[in-house]
Amino acid sequence: MTGLLGIKKGMSALFSDGRYTPVTVLEVGPCPVVQVKTIERDGYAALQLGFGDKKPKHANKAELGRAKNANIAPQRFLKEFDGFAEEHKAGDILKAEQVFAVGDKVDVIALSKGRGFAGVIKRHNFSRPNQSHGTHEIFRGTGSIGQHSYPARTWPGQKMPGRLGGKQITTKNLKVLQIDAEKGLMLIKGAVPGAPGGLVTVRKSLTQG
Amino acid sequence: MEAWKEPLRGQMRSDIPPLSPGDQVDVHYKVVEGDKERIQVFTGVVIKTRGADLGRTVTVRKVASGGVGVERIFPLHSPFIADVKVKRSGRVRRAKLYYLRERKGKSARLKEKASVN
Repeated sequence: MTGLLGIKKGMSALFSDGRYTPVTVLEVGPCPVVQVKTIERDGYAALQLGFGDKKPKHANKAELGRAKNANIAPQRFLKEFDGFAEEHKAGDILKAEQVFAVGDKVDVIALSKGRGFAGVIKRHNFSRPNQSHGTHEIFRGTGSIGQHSYPARTWPGQKMPGRLGGKQITTKNLKVLQIDAEKGLMLIKGAVPGAPGGLVTVRKSLTQG
Repeated sequence: MEAWKEPLRGQMRSDIPPLSPGDQVDVHYKVVEGDKERIQVFTGVVIKTRGADLGRTVTVRKVASGGVGVERIFPLHSPFIADVKVKRSGRVRRAKLYYLRERKGKSARLKEKASVN
């Protein structure tokens, strides 16, 4: 996949083709190339990109070594990408406007907001039980979880309360509305998983022609 | 405005006068019919403003023929707004003039705001 790392800044809205359109503002890149993986040496071709500098005292020796080879600061986040149009060598800096163009479709991958142990209404979009007509002591319950003496057990996959959120979500085919090269900001139509300040991976949509 | 909202500022329009409740305004807005575009004018009283920055809207109320009240909400920074003219400013004591909906004729008038200087 071809893409870059960035952080989610927040949501707003702007006029696009005359319509007030929801946008998510992402700070994408600059991403230095930390390592170049080659078929000869590694068995596959890819670029290991970093995002966000960290202090040398927070990096371990392996990270410091790679940073030194690429002549850059150690990076907070690392991820491998491939399929870039041009050749790159370690130490090159990739910016949003080099990889993406306005009008492109992109996928955004991030960790969704963690919601802890959530009930079935929030987790599986169940309906809430009736609040009147004799209902008592049941407010947001799960209802029935099965039948009777056949099957005498609960079927696998029964939707129940549990951990919600905090897992990787991909939102696909979001349109790039604007790229601010100077500030490194990308404006993307629609919503993106995770809270503001979270790490996002922006890749070129896999399905676009 | 936060720094990351800076790109939105480019769309903000400086040609729209500040509007406040009680203003008698002419809103010239673009109407698209097929592939043609023309400008229509909506004249009325601003009874409500809401939102900030790009999302700012005003609700304009007029009484159309037959005594039917018509209210339209205009996004002020929309590219479909051609022009906004404030004709006079009424003296009002609240931010939302919903009480005008219950009034007709004489009692729905607003006194002109005393000039500041």
